[in-house]
Amino acid sequence: MKREYVDVTIDGREIRAPRGEKILWVALENGIEIPHLCALKGQDPPWGGCRLCWVEVEGRGLVTACTEPVRQGMVVHTDTPSVRRLQRRALELLLADHPMDCKNCPKRDRCELLKWMRFLKVKVPKDLRPFPEKRYPVDTSHPVLNFDPNKCILCGRCVWIAKEVVGCGVFDFVWRGYDIRISTFMGKPLKDTDCNGCLKCAEVCPVGALWGK
Amino acid sequence: MNWEEIKSRAEAKWSALEEAPLHIRIGTPTCGRAAGALETLRIFRERLQREGLDVPLTEVGCMGLCFAEPLVIISKPESGFPPICYKNVRFDEAQKLINDFILGDDPCLEIALGTVELGQDDAPVIPELERFEIERRLVLKNCGWIDPEDIDHYIARGGYSALRDVLLGKDPEQVIAEIGQAGLRGRGGAGFLTSRKWASCRRQKSEPKYLICNADEGDPGAFMDRVVLESDPHSVIEGMIIAGYAIGAAKGFIYTRMEYPLVIERLQKALEQARAYGLLGEDIFGSGFSFDIEVIRGAGAFICGESTAMTYSIEGKRGMPRVRPPRSVERGLWGQPTVVNNVKTLALVTRIMEMGPDEFREIGTRSSPGTAVFALAGKVKQIGLCEVPMGTTLRQVIFEVGGGVPEGKEFKAVQIGGPAGGCVGEEALDLPVDFDSFRAAGAIMGSGGMIVLDNSNCMVETARFFLDFLSREDCGKCSFGRLGIKQLLMILEDITAGRGKEGDIELLEGLCEDLLQGCLCNLGRTAPNPVLTTLRYFRSEYEAHIRERRCPALVCRDLIAYFILPEKCEKGCDHCVLTCPTEAIVTDERTRKKRILQDKCVKCGTCLEVCPPEYSAVIKVSPPEKVKELESREA
Repeated sequence: MKREYVDVTIDGREIRAPRGEKILWVALENGIEIPHLCALKGQDPPWGGCRLCWVEVEGRGLVTACTEPVRQGMVVHTDTPSVRRLQRRALELLLADHPMDCKNCPKRDRCELLKWMRFLKVKVPKDLRPFPEKRYPVDTSHPVLNFDPNKCILCGRCVWIAKEVVGCGVFDFVWRGYDIRISTFMGKPLKDTDCNGCLKCAEVCPVGALWGK
Repeated sequence: MNWEEIKSRAEAKWSALEEAPLHIRIGTPTCGRAAGALETLRIFRERLQREGLDVPLTEVGCMGLCFAEPLVIISKPESGFPPICYKNVRFDEAQKLINDFILGDDPCLEIALGTVELGQDDAPVIPELERFEIERRLVLKNCGWIDPEDIDHYIARGGYSALRDVLLGKDPEQVIAEIGQAGLRGRGGAGFLTSRKWASCRRQKSEPKYLICNADEGDPGAFMDRVVLESDPHSVIEGMIIAGYAIGAAKGFIYTRMEYPLVIERLQKALEQARAYGLLGEDIFGSGFSFDIEVIRGAGAFICGESTAMTYSIEGKRGMPRVRPPRSVERGLWGQPTVVNNVKTLALVTRIMEMGPDEFREIGTRSSPGTAVFALAGKVKQIGLCEVPMGTTLRQVIFEVGGGVPEGKEFKAVQIGGPAGGCVGEEALDLPVDFDSFRAAGAIMGSGGMIVLDNSNCMVETARFFLDFLSREDCGKCSFGRLGIKQLLMILEDITAGRGKEGDIELLEGLCEDLLQGCLCNLGRTAPNPVLTTLRYFRSEYEAHIRERRCPALVCRDLIAYFILPEKCEKGCDHCVLTCPTEAIVTDERTRKKRILQDKCVKCGTCLEVCPPEYSAVIKVSPPEKVKELESREA
């Protein structure tokens, strides 16, 4: 019978981890930070959209930690130049596309973009071309939940939690490419959807796109 | 009806056509229809009826000779000629052929493309055309020769016999072994070994398993899969049944696009006919193996050609790629083991079973056996489809098959492998076409699109065009794909509009490198290719755009100006003045010569087009400031 645990080394620390668990959760549970914006525990298959949780696995190269399961004897590094380079670039792209109106943002105290900006020492990039400004209407129709699509970083957490955990299925992706956005069915105001106001989506939203009143 | 009866009836039907005193084939695939083939068909049909002639008129698919559409092949054995293929047969030519050849005995050789004979592998060839000296038609074996809507034609040409041999005489492992022995690599672009994919799907314990034929052809300028499915659907269907048997699937899907209505129509007919003969459905050939196929119409999203996005799309979900592993062979359609194969891969499966793996292996190169189908488009004389053995050079494909660049212009580059492939220049022309050497040149084999560019194409603009396509077709899921591709596009837009900055080339290179590694799916990971290859082969053009605000190919509108050379301008001619939409051209009172008011000119290029060729007084200059220099020279 296969053993239930495997031994891995992350940043020089030897860790015993459940077989099949993804590197990201093993690292986080052992106090090793890996920047990530879209992953939620329990997602199967993992979403893998933010492209932030890069790690380097010896013999394999760069992989995203949210998608790669730990294997016996695996040696993982979370802080190498190529890891940081990709993480910084992904974060810079997200920042260049985000309205940096932090002082008026309801999530400023627990914004994950800001958290990883500090962690990776990244600023809003000056060399990139500014992305076109988004001007989607802000939905404040619902008694407890607000939605500002302009701040959304398209991590897909709300879509997943609404569909797979809550079961309300209020959100999904519409359009594609740069025009992709999160929408209710046919763009209806939140008050006219099946939203019961549980605020699970606002809890997982890493930025100020979804928040409770 | 049992198989012997079906086969002998089909053969009798075919030889009746072959031996008929007169037999007319008209190519009516979508490409032929665009050139007017349905009108040609109508003319023949009405005229023959009026003349009281009962001549069999067969609608066939596409021979790949798009430049010569509408194409008509007339067999009249008593004339002493083999079947003759006529090019560009429209009203006048059709009437002439009926009057002179069908009613008379003049074969009208002046409008003929050549004679048709059955060459290697029983494929129709036109020996008068140079291209057939290097072509080898396996996938296209029946294209343009049989009626795709009549299964009997396919059967008479040997069709479904290989399937019968497989189902009655080989076990699935043996089929996989033979495909492996043939060395077949997937024709969708990545070149993965088909046998390995099949074997790993077969190994999966979970049931049911599925097979998907990827016919979601979306590359600009590519039409290989459309032609094959419109001209010879049964080769693909037979390949699918064989593949289904090998991997242990009972259900197959053909995922094609809504924009291919004729493909859908012909596939539906072909599937019905195959079912009626018991070649699809329960207990095929009494072997105990059951298989059926369903056609899925995609809504025309390029990203749905990516296999994980395609499986989601078939499930009725949003077509977005997911992270791999698990691969589709482990967890594909509805979470079940699924093989996704390209149209041409499946057609080749049929051929391999017909000819045997060893003979197939001898065609092409060691690492890439077999043939490659290319859709030649762009600045090439003979636009169309061709099939050459792997290892043929790009030069042969472009100059011998395609006839080279028209209008005396010079070859500049060729875009291979679709929008996310690469633009390679002159120095790559002697590359043999196969999966590995394309990769070394910075491009990918892709599905077979090949767009030829001449010296009137700007390479920065070309890169911008493909990135524009890719950013529109990107799914939007991952940050590098959604924002990285858009960022590349914005930089390229700036460069082509004269807003390029020092450092942009380095920024492009850095971003490209990050996208190559960072994107979630292969669409994203290959999206930088047009930028990287144009930078590799045509870096000086980027530099000219950024540093000198100059477009060397005189294409980018913001970087050029139109100028009328006074020494060439003819006094009395007013063509340009009369056609200029913004009244930007004035006549000098004294000399009657014309001059362009630059601040009024919108650079539409009409004056250049209408200036009579004997004067050719209008020229384009870049950078636009050059106009001042020319004007002061004049003063």
